[in-house]
Formats: sequence, C-alpha cells, structure tokens
Amino acid sequence: MPKDPKTGLSKGYMFVEFSSPEQAEVAIKTADGIAMDKKHIIAVNAFDDIGKYANAPEEFKEPARESFVEKDHLRGWLLDERCRDQWVQMRGDEVSICWNNASVVYTSRSDPPEVAHARQNWTDSYVAWSPLGIYLATFHKRGIILWSGKMDEKGDQGKTRFPHPNVKLVDFSPNESHLVTWSHEPIITPKGEQHHIIVWDVRSGVQLRSFPVEPSSIKNEPTGPGARGAQPMKIDWPIFKWSHDDKYLARLSPGTISVYETPSMNLVDKKSIKVEGVVAFNWSPADHIISYWIPEAGNIPARVTLMKMPSREIVRTKNLFNVLDAKMFWQNAGDYLLVKVDRAKSKTKTVTNFEIFRLREKDIPVDVLEIRAEETVDEIFWEPKGNRFAMLTREGTTNAKLFVYFYEVQTAATAAPAAKAAETAAGGIKLLRKFEPKNVVNRVIWSPKGRYCVLAGVSKPQSPPLPGNLEFWDIDEMVLMNAGEHYMATDVEWDPTGRYVASSVSWWHFQNDTGFCIWSFAGQNLVRQNVATLKQFLWRPRPPTLLSKDQMKNIKKKLKDYSTVFDKVDAKAANQLSQEAADKMRRLWNEWQEYRARCAEDYERDYEARVELFGFDPDKPPQNEEEEALQEYVEEVVEEFEEIIS
Amino acid sequence: MRPILLVGHVRSLTKIKYNRDGDLLFSVSKDSKPCVWFSHNGERLGTFNGHNGTVWDLDISYDSKRLLTASADATMRMWDVYTGKELFQWRSAHKQAVRVVAFAHGDRQAMYVTDATMGQKCKIHIVEIAENPEDQDDETLTIITVPGSKVTVAEWGALNRYIYTGHEDGTLSMWDPESGELVKSVKIHDGQITDMQFSKDRSHMITASKDHSAQVVDAKTLKVMKRYETERPVNAAAMSPLRSHIMLGGGQDAMRVTQTDARQGKFEVRFYHLVFQEEIGRVKGHFGPINTLAFHPDGKSFASGGEDGFVRVHFFDDDYFEFKYPEEEEEE
Repeated sequence: MPKDPKTGLSKGYMFVEFSSPEQAEVAIKTADGIAMDKKHIIAVNAFDDIGKYANAPEEFKEPARESFVEKDHLRGWLLDERCRDQWVQMRGDEVSICWNNASVVYTSRSDPPEVAHARQNWTDSYVAWSPLGIYLATFHKRGIILWSGKMDEKGDQGKTRFPHPNVKLVDFSPNESHLVTWSHEPIITPKGEQHHIIVWDVRSGVQLRSFPVEPSSIKNEPTGPGARGAQPMKIDWPIFKWSHDDKYLARLSPGTISVYETPSMNLVDKKSIKVEGVVAFNWSPADHIISYWIPEAGNIPARVTLMKMPSREIVRTKNLFNVLDAKMFWQNAGDYLLVKVDRAKSKTKTVTNFEIFRLREKDIPVDVLEIRAEETVDEIFWEPKGNRFAMLTREGTTNAKLFVYFYEVQTAATAAPAAKAAETAAGGIKLLRKFEPKNVVNRVIWSPKGRYCVLAGVSKPQSPPLPGNLEFWDIDEMVLMNAGEHYMATDVEWDPTGRYVASSVSWWHFQNDTGFCIWSFAGQNLVRQNVATLKQFLWRPRPPTLLSKDQMKNIKKKLKDYSTVFDKVDAKAANQLSQEAADKMRRLWNEWQEYRARCAEDYERDYEARVELFGFDPDKPPQNEEEEALQEYVEEVVEEFEEIIS
Repeated sequence: MRPILLVGHVRSLTKIKYNRDGDLLFSVSKDSKPCVWFSHNGERLGTFNGHNGTVWDLDISYDSKRLLTASADATMRMWDVYTGKELFQWRSAHKQAVRVVAFAHGDRQAMYVTDATMGQKCKIHIVEIAENPEDQDDETLTIITVPGSKVTVAEWGALNRYIYTGHEDGTLSMWDPESGELVKSVKIHDGQITDMQFSKDRSHMITASKDHSAQVVDAKTLKVMKRYETERPVNAAAMSPLRSHIMLGGGQDAMRVTQTDARQGKFEVRFYHLVFQEEIGRVKGHFGPINTLAFHPDGKSFASGGEDGFVRVHFFDDDYFEFKYPEEEEEE
C-alpha cells in the first residue's frame, strides 16, 4: 500500500494481485461498495477497467442499429386449423414431432403420422417438453438446448443453449420461466465447492445460481474419497420443488426447508426454515403454502403442518398418533390435501387412514377416512380440478385381491346436513363405488379435464409384461364405457385436451412390439401403430386457455353451429382423400403392368439363348416317357334318408 | 383351406422346395435327413440318408432326377431322386459348413457356398455337373471369395449370366460366374437376408430379411420396387406364380419366444398383394416360427416349414382365386 511521503498517510488506494482471474472477480463482487467506516466506502475495480475508461473516446458515437428480426410465434402450433395436438416420439435416433390426425375422420389406422418436425440425433439421450408445451428440451454432451417456434436447425432463432457438461436430468418451473439441470459431473466453483445443480432463467439463458447436492439426498454411498466422480449418484429428482407461479423454489435438507425466491435466488428472509425432524414437504399446486410432516420424536407426536410463505404463518397443523409413515397427495387445484397415514395396529399389522384437508373452507377442516385393516393402499389418484379421487388397494400378499375405490369429498353443497367442520368429521367423504377389477389395474389415469379416467395395467421394467388392459370409465355416470388392450403397454397418457388417450410400449423396457395406440376418450381404438425401437411418446402440453369463463360459456352454447361447419370441412376432405387413394392404386397397378410387359419382352428376346442352354425350350418340356397314373378315390353321396325307428 | 400336415422330420425345417412339375415336395431340416413327398396327398416317398449334420439347402434338377443338398457336415451331395442313392460328394476344403446350393439353368453347372468359419472367408464354388453321374469329378471351375459380410442366400440369374447373393448385413450382390468379379452390390436391408426367391422368368426376386421386412427387387438394376413391413423378423418370402400375391413367413427368434404371449406368437403365413403392398390374409397353424415357404408351381397351393418340425401343405379355396382388387377386375 503506497504511502504519501509528505503526510505519512496512505494514498487511499492499493493494488492487489490474485492468483486467478476468477478469484479477482469474486473479490470485486464481494468487496466493491463495502463501507469501511462511517465516512468511507471501498471501491474495487478490475485493473483492466482503468485502461478501458481512460481510453474511452471523447465524442459520443451512436451504436449501430440492428435490423429487426422477427421471432417465431412461440405458440404457433396452437393455431392449427384443425385444432390438432402434437406429440413427440423418439424412434431409435430419430426424434419427430407429429400431428395427431386421429380426429381426421378418413385417415386409416395404419397410416404413418403426419410429421411436423423431425431430425436424426436431435438428442443424445431423451427429450422432454416444458410444462406449457412451448419448449422441447434436448440433451447433449455440452448441455441442454431448448427448441421453440419453428424448431429450425439453422440459425440461432428459437434455440437457447444451457451449457452444463454431461447433463442428465432437467426440471422446468411450472410457468416455464426457469430451468433446473443436474449433471453427475460436478462443476467446481471459484470457492472450490462441487456443484451439481444449476438454476437458469429460460428466456435469457442466464445461469442464476448453482447448488451442491446435500449429502442426505444421495441414495448410495460413494465407495471412497475419489469415487464421487466415478460412480453415478442416485437421487430423488427433482430435488428442488417449485411453487405454482415460479416465485419460490424450495428443497429439503435434514431438519430444514430452504426456500429461495426468484429471480434473486436468495433465501427468503435470508434464512432457511428450521423444522426439526422434517421428512417430506410439498408445495400446494395453487397457493404459496408448503405442507410438510414430521414423524414422532420421543413424546412429541407426529404432525402434518401447512405453512404459508413468505410469512411462515402456520395455517393448520394436525397431530397424528402412532404413525409409521405418511405420504402427501395434493389435488391439482390446491383445494384438497390427502395425507395417507400408516399406523401400527399391532406388532405386525399396519392400518391406513386418510386425513383430508379442505383448503378452501374456513379453518381448513380435516376429514378422516379409515381404510379396512386387511387392505394395503397402493396409490391415490386425485381427479384434476375435481373433488373425487381413486384408490387402489390390495388384500393379501400372494394372489392378492385388487380393489378399486372411487371417493368424493363432499362440499357444503353435497354434504349431509349432519357433518360438522370439526377435526373428526367423518361424513365428509362419500364412497362412490368399490369393485374388484377383472384384470390387473395398477394405475388410474384421469383426463386433464376430469370426469373420465382410464384404469390401466401398465407394464413395469424388470417385471413380466402385462396384457395392458385399459378400461375407460365415466365417473359422473359411474359406468364403464369401453375396454381395450395394448399388450405390454408401459405408458398411458391423456392428450392435453382430454380427447384422446395414447398408450405406448417403450423400447427401453421391452424390445419387441414397440409402438403406440391412440384411443378416443370413450375407449374406441383409433390408431394402432407399430414403431420399431420407439423410445418415447409424449403429448405436447398446452398452455392454459386465454378465453374467459364467459367466452367459454358462449362457445358451448353455440357448439351446434360450429359442428356443422366442421362436418362440412371433413366431408370435403374425405372425398378428396378417397379420390387420391383411388388414383394411387391405379397408378401402382399400371406401373406394375408396364414393368411386367418390359420383362416379357426381355424374356422373348432371350429365347434363343435359353434353348441353347437347356437343349430345348424349358417352357415346353419334352414329353415324358411314361406318365404316372394316380389313383384317386372319390366319394359320392348317392342317396341320403332318415328313418325314425320307434 | 384344407392343410395336410407332413410329419417326418424330428428337428426344425430349414428349406422346402417343389420340383419343376410340382408333383414332388422336397424338405431338408436340422435332422440331417432330407425327405421327399408327393405334394398332392403328403405321402412320403423316402429319405436320403448320408449326411451327418444339419442340411441347410437343396436344389432339384430340371428333370427332377437329381437332388443337390448342402450340409453343415461340410459336404455338398448329389442324389438320385428315384432311388435315394448318393451319387457324388463334394467336400469343402477346410471343413466349412456348406450353406447354399443351386443348380445352374441347364443343370450343366452348380454352385455351393461355404460358410465363413474355421478362419476362412465365405466362398462361392462353381462346379461342373457331368451328364453321366459316374463321370462326375470334384473339380472346381471357379472359386469366388466373398470379402465382406458372408453369403446367406444365393441363386443363378437368368441364363446364368450372373449369380445373385444375399448377405448377413442385408446387402444384395451380383457376381460374374466366369470371371468371379463383383458386378454390383446394394445394401437393401438393415438386417440379414434370410430368403431370396426369383420370379419364374428370373426378372425380379423377393428378399426376406431379419429387419422385419421383405422387398421385391428388379434383377437387372437391383432397384427395390416394393416393400412389405411386418413386426417380426421375416424368414421366408415367395411370389405366387399365378396371381399378384406374395407370402411371408417368419416369427420370433427361437430363443426369445418365451418373452412373448402365446397368442402373440405370430406364427402365421401372411399374404400381401404384390402391387398394392397391402395385407390380404393370414394363415395360422404353426407352433413355432416359420423358416421356409414355397408356392406350388401352379400357384394353387403352397407349403410351409417351421421351427416346430412340421411341413404344412395348404390348398387355396375358391374365394382365393376370386378375390380381386377393382383394378384387377378391370384388366380381366
């Protein structure tokens, strides 16, 4: 630090040299603007900056005007005239985005799908859609690329790159504003930490913050000091959970829930939420509420708590006794939270009950539903935006009996008058139907619009394949509409409009018979395609509608008028297509006849050569010396009569 | 259709062929004993005893008097059809299995193909067939060494001008039998070519492949004219000499059969319209994958040989002959 020889005080500045440019940047970032004492502030600048500003030109030079480049319409695919949806399929190395022509009346079941975009080696491992369908994420060695709009390969339009070497997993925030990526290969930060997770801003492609992995999240132990990089870690992805509007993201560490807010990526209130013993948490899909549960600890019973963010106000908590395990299931509109609680009944037996929190009612009452002790609950499936849920249970272990239940959470309108909003209100959950399914059912897949669902027996990897029974139910009428089958189906997915269901067999699970089927919502098989090496079949999600409730009401009223217009268009197209088909057949036939005629000519021409080769005309063989006589016995019915002998 | 079941082989079938007249059906299998049957009623005439290993291929002379068989015991043998006696034996030089055998047009020559084993490359041998079997010697006229993927099927082209071979990697090649040179080679399939059968006039052929498809190829240009897709490896394909139909047979590899549902076995012969490439019918019946198919020369019946050791002979019903596409109707 240079000192002024006259006054003996410091000159007020000093030069510091660091061993790496990254460290210098950290120093500038952290120290610039720090108050040294009441009257003095430290300013830190990079050495190069001084030269840059000193040599800046005196005159103002207007920057060059960049010409306007019109960007692709990101939601262009929604403007399809025939209102078709898209899906992406990965077949071998080729990824293609296709139009769903199932609504087009005249396409045959085995016509190949109409392709919107296709590319070989578009991704190294797999593809994923963003939650609103605008982006397609593809994986590459250097990171992720998000494609949008026209998905044009040339040029940088509609392509955003997110460099993260050897990225393996990706997660989008619900409104597609942020992206979280994971790679086994850690990035070494300037501070020397190993970070595996990066949070990005989608529109700009800017890296917002990176995170290390909590050791508690890693599922397998690294086998030695140097093994961390070599052995891929098993984790529960996604590690970060987003709030419904992308404002917050949170993750769990032992005894802590860390909530960060976007875009600053700082902890809310600069500190994590300390909850001693917390095991699991979830965001409400519609509000800034976190639900979490804490198992029993000594004398303190287990409890489920709902906490509001950012105020951290606890809006509801419920104590649970003798709890072995609990699992939370939110309904997708945030109206209900179902907590499945497993209790120890005796030393060996467990019994399950449900605590159903009604978020929209005053004081958030909780309904309790007991499940038969003999049955183990496998899965719960809430109806999207509805008040019903399906439950799959099993009785016994070998040759287990399977049961399907449908329940309705009764609202004030539907509840029996005796039910009260108290902690132990039992009348609030109505059993709609319980039955034993004819075939194995391991998943209930609801239509995104509710009301309809598919009961499916989906084949899982490393297990023997199932016949892929699909039952299409209308839950309002509680009636089975139709049943179908897709042998070895590994995935069943509704399209975003709830009109179609696609079942597919993925090559990653089974190598034979890969392909997909498309069904109407009522269970009619529309398309059956065998696609060799089909790896993925994903519907393209849709963003929520821009129509207001009134507008939608209007359209429903005028549906008849719209239908007649569409029917006319369909009929016209059908005529045209049958004409095209007929022309094609004629053309093929004529071409073949011409070919045969040409071949006949060649054959004639070769007559001489043929005779020479064989010694005679092979088409007119010399008469054989003897002909073998074949005896044939023929039975002929001469007469037939019936005689009744009394 | 009333099928006749020919029971006689104890192992899976490898090849069946009708003679030129169609009255005899020859079959060879992994059980080393070629059989010959009357095609109209399935009565067996007899067997040809002598081979010591799987018999992979056979061919019959124009006059149905002589039979050539190719075997894994490293020999090609010629038999007298009438008596069943072995007439001559060609031994492969380095004990490689003989996979393919074929009489040339005119029956003055024949070829056999040895497998790429014992450290040797796959080779096509062309030998002379003496008119009198007693004068037969084992002199080879030409040996063509196949540099790349090994030959799985082979046939003589029209007028013996070229030899056509199908390879393990899906390539189709044309060779000049006199010079031994490769004339043309095109990769038409993504998997092994399992069968290749010519049309009667040798102007085009149908190829079957493990890549789940069969194709019709023009012999002069090796251009693919038609393609038929299935979901299973295709082991055999044949073109009807009577109508514009083709038939395909195949099925799951024997090893992987247990992975599929029994009724999903797909052990059926599938018929497609040659020109329109559409499936027109299926014939079930085999208990295992179908390995070989042949149309009767008059096109009124066909035979199939399967992994299950059975040969099934089917005679078409009347409605097979009456079934016509509208375009076909107009032609008549």
